[in-house]
Amino acid sequence: MEVNPNNSMAHGAPADEHAHGHSHDHHDHDHDDNFWSKYIFSTDHKMIAKQYLNVAIFMGFLAMFMSLIFRMQLAWPDAKLPFLSDVIGKWGKDGKLDPGFYLALVTIHGTIMVFFVLTAGLSGTFSNLLIPLQLGARDMASGFLNALSFWFFALSSVIMLSSLVIESGPASCGWTIYPPLSALPQAIPGSGLGMTLWLVSMVFFIASSLLGSINYIATIINLRTKGMAMTRMPLTIWAFFITAILGVLSFPVLLAAALLLVFDRSFGTSFYLSDIFIDGAPLDHAGGSPILFQHLFWFLGHPEVYIVLLPALGLASEVISVNSRKPIFGYKAMIGSMLVIAFLSFVVWGHHMFITGMNPFLGSVFVFTTLLVAIPSAVKVFNYITTLWRGNIQFTPQILFAIGLVSTFITGGLTGIILGDSALDINIHDTYFVVAHFHIVMGSSAIFGMFAGVYHWFPKMYGRMMNKKLGYIHFWLTIIGLYGTFFPMHFLGLAGVPRRYYANTAYAGFENLININHVVSIFAIIGGLAQFIFLFNFYYSIKNGKKSSQNPWKSNTLEWTAPVEHIHGNWPGAIPEVHRWPYDYGKPGAKEDFICQTVPYSETPESNTPHDH
Amino acid sequence: MNILLILAVVFGTLVLVRLANVAALASKLSGENEEAEQESANRWNSIGMISFLIIGLIVMIYMMTQYLPLTLPKAASEHGEAIDGLMKINWIVLFVTFFITQILLFTFAFKYRYNKNRRSFYFHDNNKLEAIWTIIPTIILAALITTGMKEWNDITNKSASMKGIVVQIYAKQFDFTVRYAGKDNKLGGSFFRRITDTNPLGVDSSDAATADDMVAKELVLPKGAEVQLMINSRDVIHSVYLPHFRVQMNAVPGMTTRFAFKPTITTAEMQKETGNPKFQYVMLCNKICGVAHYNMQMTVRIVEPAEYEEWLKTQSAVFPVEQAVAPAPADSAATSMAK
Ligand code: HEM
Ligand SMILES: [Cu+2]
Ligand SMILES: [Cu+2]
Repeated sequence: MEVNPNNSMAHGAPADEHAHGHSHDHHDHDHDDNFWSKYIFSTDHKMIAKQYLNVAIFMGFLAMFMSLIFRMQLAWPDAKLPFLSDVIGKWGKDGKLDPGFYLALVTIHGTIMVFFVLTAGLSGTFSNLLIPLQLGARDMASGFLNALSFWFFALSSVIMLSSLVIESGPASCGWTIYPPLSALPQAIPGSGLGMTLWLVSMVFFIASSLLGSINYIATIINLRTKGMAMTRMPLTIWAFFITAILGVLSFPVLLAAALLLVFDRSFGTSFYLSDIFIDGAPLDHAGGSPILFQHLFWFLGHPEVYIVLLPALGLASEVISVNSRKPIFGYKAMIGSMLVIAFLSFVVWGHHMFITGMNPFLGSVFVFTTLLVAIPSAVKVFNYITTLWRGNIQFTPQILFAIGLVSTFITGGLTGIILGDSALDINIHDTYFVVAHFHIVMGSSAIFGMFAGVYHWFPKMYGRMMNKKLGYIHFWLTIIGLYGTFFPMHFLGLAGVPRRYYANTAYAGFENLININHVVSIFAIIGGLAQFIFLFNFYYSIKNGKKSSQNPWKSNTLEWTAPVEHIHGNWPGAIPEVHRWPYDYGKPGAKEDFICQTVPYSETPESNTPHDH
Repeated sequence: MNILLILAVVFGTLVLVRLANVAALASKLSGENEEAEQESANRWNSIGMISFLIIGLIVMIYMMTQYLPLTLPKAASEHGEAIDGLMKINWIVLFVTFFITQILLFTFAFKYRYNKNRRSFYFHDNNKLEAIWTIIPTIILAALITTGMKEWNDITNKSASMKGIVVQIYAKQFDFTVRYAGKDNKLGGSFFRRITDTNPLGVDSSDAATADDMVAKELVLPKGAEVQLMINSRDVIHSVYLPHFRVQMNAVPGMTTRFAFKPTITTAEMQKETGNPKFQYVMLCNKICGVAHYNMQMTVRIVEPAEYEEWLKTQSAVFPVEQAVAPAPADSAATSMAK
């Protein structure tokens, strides 16, 4: 059956993009494959991975576009931008951005970036694609749950986006949705229907995330091929495994926090509310605590940043090792540090709350645990750098992005040491210093990891190669754009500029900072435009890219032993068996500079070391 | 700033031109010689790595020379000086780490580009190295943690001690009100159910401590005196942020938060210090609190103690004597919030 890529299909659903890239592998279809079961209700992990990726790309561009709108507002607060009213209607009347809608844009930008792009997009794409393929499994433990997970995600995306077009506007109290602001429509219009939609969307999102994570964990534990001991798993899989565990343990807490907020909003309970006088009247809520919400939120919120980061680090480990033709340095230390980071991430949430009025002694405890995280993080950085040392680096776009990741991980991690120190946090909490910090360490690193992953595994997903030259240009403009955007923001923070401000014009002391805001916004626009190079490259290559060979990067891992053409079950014959770890690159004595995991030691007497057996 | 933009544009075009050259060159050979194509990509990208490092560091240092002078002036409070000192030590440690790691990262990337006649060094474990870079960060962090915690304890212990001039900061959408405790240095009790148009803070008029309380729309404090802020909010969370004094504490409905500090530089002195005759200290709201969040602020003035006493005399009492006092609502839960 041939599918016309331009066939009518689910309108607007980004999932229909798959039809394009996928039209080449139709000769492998089972006879009962029809269009719907193949592209829409597919339970095949490779298809689900691509569905996640395409939705994430769509959402990512949307969120980036939002950030460009509010960056223009911050840099040119007096300018009229005539196109605004065309794009956002009444919120941009006469070319002026509405202050309430500014907050809405910031909120939805943050929500989409953190959850939809870097949680669902990153884990959803690469866990789905790589767990079965790198472990030698025919598919996920449960294909059905997997498909369900994607569709919950798609539904939650639609609900989140629908809040953009309602009369009272989307949620606008920040992605952290602190009550009472998020609980009281009297306090801000976005806390009406917009907030309801936000909460409903997140409930589906959490369900999706949990279904996905449980599936990843089950698959990794149960479906490894013969010989694939846990200690022979590629670091990507370790990263996805630990990420999934973090998700399972922390997302339910966010769900609980959100449900209690729903109760406070709609059923008159007082979990988070007390002693409030608003709109000329006292409210009946008594005995609740807004701080409770913050504890619950950050109990998820901090692990969340590692849910975002660990998969990116895992992808970078693999990409750096493969492309520098050298084993990853400190394989066991990498696993160990990820485990330590994951554990610590559950006991540091209070560093977001030093100045909320939380008990100061608790503050000290959280300083201690927070700064401990720097140790395993430092180990990881040194291991990446040592992997590059005396390597034989093939500069593909993916290793550029992976190196970019290490660079931003260092830069952002270091400013984290300042923010984690409660005494120093007093004066920079909630300023642009924080915005700079988390965009570099979480935003940029994770985005770089994601790009590294896309460039590296594109051939696995679509059977074709992306254009490398466009990839290089994309990388260089992106890293310049990101550093240029987020590095100067530190100075705004050190000047005391609060975040979530619609304009910095109300206090005369901020007037001389407008130059910095210009620089930031100009680089943001450069970086933003550069993403269109990627967009073009991605979709153009799906159709027109050069056909990929089976193992284009000369990699050791199992996914490259599967045929280029996708088939259900991944391998046409028996599942490959594994005989060694995944990082035998540049082994002395070996015929080539890589030895696939499927090659037994008995076939490589020339390169075996005394430890190999 | 213009130089900066020019630099960025120049670097950007340089990269583009280089890449375009590579692209043109490579496309000539394309198909025939993929290896040569990759080789030239390796060359240009590894050069890109080292250039990015060098130019990046130069731009970074240049930005610091331009932008650091625009950041906050020296701390105007006692603990603020300590925080700034601590910050300096942290910056030194971080910059050293930053330079070492970024330089290693990008130089290795530059130096070890692919050469088909060479094999990478098969090197995947070294316990000694790994122990070194676990232990050294641990020691450095231990030092940072202990100094940071000591400072934090000093600051928060002071806030708990309740010494000094008691001042309430009362936040609501979208302004602050200041209430001075008066001679007894005790704030009269307040409760949100008592709030009316004439009693916006919900103060308890029957409380003896209320009588000498005064309200103001400007925060004026004497230089050199310990000040105890008692922070409340009536609607959503706000944050009392006094950047020049390194003071920040959230205003949370339903509870009282505190922050103690000692201003050390008057507004007039700071105007000289910054060379800006219009300089004013400010209190900003620093927790998203609604549409006009960006506009929620209050001017802060630090004056000599004598001037402060004079100013205080001109402030209005919470309940001016002639004003008929509304009876307190019959609400037994009306506990005093600010005790
Ligand atoms: C195109 C690149 C981006 C630009 C120019 C940008 C810019 C900004 C700016 C200016 C803010 C608002 C700060 C404020 O007013 O508080 C913001 C908020 C935020 N951004 Fe981005 N951003 C970008 C990409 C990302 C990425 C990749 C992430 C993923 C982690 C991200 C996550 C967030 C979050 C979580 C917030 C906070 C939202 C809130 O305050 O509730 N952004 N961004
Ligand atoms: Cu955190
Ligand atoms: Cu406020």
